Amino acid sequence: MEKEKEFYERLNSKGVSRRDFMKFCTFLTATMGLSSSFVPKVAEVFAAPKQRPPVVWLHFGECTGCSEGLLRSMYPWIDELVLEILSVEYHETIMAAAGHQAEENLHNAVEKYAGKFICVVEGAIATKFNGGYGKVAGKSFLEIAQEVVPKAAATVCIGSCSSFGGIPAAKPNPGGYKGVGDALGIKTLNLPGCPPNPINLVGTIVNYLLLGKLPALDELGRPLFAYGKTIHDTCPRRAHFENDEFVEEFGSEEAALGYCLYKMGCRGPETYNNCAVAKFNDGTSWPVEAGHPCIGCSQPDFWDSMTPFYEEL
Amino acid sequence: MGKRIVVDPITRIEGHLRIEVEIAGGKVVNAWSSGQMFRGIEMILQGRDPRDAHHFVQRSCGVCTYVHAVSSVRAVENAVGVKIPANARLLRNLLHGAQYQHDHIVHFYHLHALDWVDIVSALSADPKKTAALADNVSEAPWGGTAYYKSVQNRIKSFVDSGQLGPFANAYWGHSAYKLPPEANLMATAHYIEALRLQAKAARMHAIFGGKNPHPQSLVVGGITAIRDLSPDRIAEFLYLTRETQDFVKKVYIPDLLAVASFYKDWGGIGGTTNFLAYGDFPETDAEPESLYMPRGLIANRDVGALKPVDQASVTEDVTYGWYEKGDAKHPWSGETKPIQEDPEYRPGSGQYTWLKAPRYEDLSSEVGPLARVLVAYGKGHKDIKPLVDSTLQKLDVPVTALFSTLGRTAARGLETIAIGNRMETWMGELLANVKAGDTSTYEPWEMPDKAQGFGLNDVPRGALGHWIDIEGGKIKNYQYVVPSTWNFGPRDSKGVLGPVEESLIGTPIADPKKPLEILRTVHSFDPCIACAVHVIDPDSNEVIKVNVL
Repeated sequence: MEKEKEFYERLNSKGVSRRDFMKFCTFLTATMGLSSSFVPKVAEVFAAPKQRPPVVWLHFGECTGCSEGLLRSMYPWIDELVLEILSVEYHETIMAAAGHQAEENLHNAVEKYAGKFICVVEGAIATKFNGGYGKVAGKSFLEIAQEVVPKAAATVCIGSCSSFGGIPAAKPNPGGYKGVGDALGIKTLNLPGCPPNPINLVGTIVNYLLLGKLPALDELGRPLFAYGKTIHDTCPRRAHFENDEFVEEFGSEEAALGYCLYKMGCRGPETYNNCAVAKFNDGTSWPVEAGHPCIGCSQPDFWDSMTPFYEEL
Repeated sequence: MGKRIVVDPITRIEGHLRIEVEIAGGKVVNAWSSGQMFRGIEMILQGRDPRDAHHFVQRSCGVCTYVHAVSSVRAVENAVGVKIPANARLLRNLLHGAQYQHDHIVHFYHLHALDWVDIVSALSADPKKTAALADNVSEAPWGGTAYYKSVQNRIKSFVDSGQLGPFANAYWGHSAYKLPPEANLMATAHYIEALRLQAKAARMHAIFGGKNPHPQSLVVGGITAIRDLSPDRIAEFLYLTRETQDFVKKVYIPDLLAVASFYKDWGGIGGTTNFLAYGDFPETDAEPESLYMPRGLIANRDVGALKPVDQASVTEDVTYGWYEKGDAKHPWSGETKPIQEDPEYRPGSGQYTWLKAPRYEDLSSEVGPLARVLVAYGKGHKDIKPLVDSTLQKLDVPVTALFSTLGRTAARGLETIAIGNRMETWMGELLANVKAGDTSTYEPWEMPDKAQGFGLNDVPRGALGHWIDIEGGKIKNYQYVVPSTWNFGPRDSKGVLGPVEESLIGTPIADPKKPLEILRTVHSFDPCIACAVHVIDPDSNEVIKVNVL
């Protein structure tokens, strides 16, 4: 309780009231598809973890956009995730150690927390030429994944690259890149998106901390709480679609009126994600709100199957 | 031959970078910079719709998000011959300015600061003295003994938990750390505050770009965010710009000067010789004349003799990259192929990197904040020159101290002030247009059967160029030469070192097992390696011959 009190005092000093915080927990609980009776428990996860669950975050063939996305998390703030909620044992973008000290950290964490850590993977794995197109500390991504992933309690693939191969796996896929599940022949929890909304990672982790298990998944390994409906089904412009009110040129009167982007190539009808509901950057906006069609970035192989992006489905 | 040390992975960067150095007499005498990943986005682009290219290339890097997208749409616009409306130009400048503000703050605090700031030492600071120090050097909105005490307690309970996470096993206590405990505590507190500030600053991108990272509102011909040209959205953007700029002026710059004052010796370490800036932020249709950050080349540190820049003088050399051999070529005529095997890393005797070696004429040139600030300084830029002069005066160091690791890190802060201030002017112009009823954001155009184009930008990490060749309405060839390729590229056929390799030579190393000093200079360039590795293969179906050395 003392820790919880301190937690709220600190929130308060940052101008975040207990009420705001509870509002976030309610939002998160709803996003996860849990009943409202879970709200206090969700709050507890953030306020007073006993031992912070260890996380090993691996970077493979990626652009770091998924890590950057997580850095934009505002409820909880990233410093709280790192200092008070999780124990981020290895993460190349933020860790202080470098070189062999960094390698040592990875090795130590995997041994010490064998069977207990959450492994988050960002990026695809090069498989051609003995995995030679992508290495860290002289080891191929493939070797590292084979070593670390089987020892994790759970593996979460963040972003479309680790989930399904993503951009490096787009045709002609010069390095033979694959998603983690594909490269290792295992089932993973996938949070696709380019990058995905950090709220869905937070929701997945909270689910794990709260219930001791991963959330319910669809056949592509995506949590149903986030990927259960199409963009089209939840789009605020849906009524314009039903009324045959379409944008046919960017910058037009119809664009200014916020008509449906279907004829501009919107992939919303074929894309499962909660962008329209959760929105990005603390609910500021999402691509369709900014007048741009959805490019289908959370679907497998979207760089090939959804292109050319500006042609009608 | 001296002792060789390898730092791999270089952490607190984007991408997979390996640095190897040779040490003799306590100093670096030779260095090799190696990019360790190859994805081949340009190969992937061939045969695709030129309108889609910006989505692909933006995924080169999620840290320097937005920048490749804007270079790409500019390259296609140049090829198809469309002039975008003034509002689109202003919105792109604003999104780009926001990227500078965000990127440079994150670099200083989260990627670079721990090379200078010892967090463990902060535990022994006196919170009262820290508060006094902070009051003296900065106008930070938070402070006081209670504040610093609570930050210190927070670090303490973190350390006491025994789970040190990302702060474990670093070079804490290294003799090259010079800050007193109080300065370390102040900087650590601001490291945490900056983590929150950057999340807010990124909302600027979401306002006119739908999201961040990887905003999604650019299109060839303009920008789609027409509905966001509303008073509430513009006001929200302005408010966030000001809040961020307030942090830059009251916290970032004072911290930069305070930390720099303890590390003045780094004003003589880590310098390079030639500097290239494409310039950016067009303020009319005229380029390069109207660019707020100017275009220019400085050879042999002769800031007074600024040279004009022509994109035709850019070439890339693959002598030491893992590619099939060939002459150095301009991006439009480049025919380069990755070796079809597990690459062998042979620094000192052969190929050692996925990066190519870009050259301007024959010059290995540094790009980035220092190059931009030196070019602007050489031009007598009305905003940059006084900022540089007053900073040199405050730190009591000569102009030559700019050619260094310290100079590079300072230049990054100074341009953040200038560009952040300028954003207010662009906001003002945008508002005036909207008020006058001009909400035009897009200019229609038609895809030609054949065309060539290029887009030159100067992005947080330096000069960025995209080149496109269109045939049959599809991408025949696409290439980009990016900042980290300029800075972190290898030797060329004449044996001339890349800028980072050059900058490391002469660096003192106190403890070869803990090469903190290498990280300082490497990080001062803000490496971003995923986008630095790329290749062109004009015929993806061609069977590429294995070239074994």
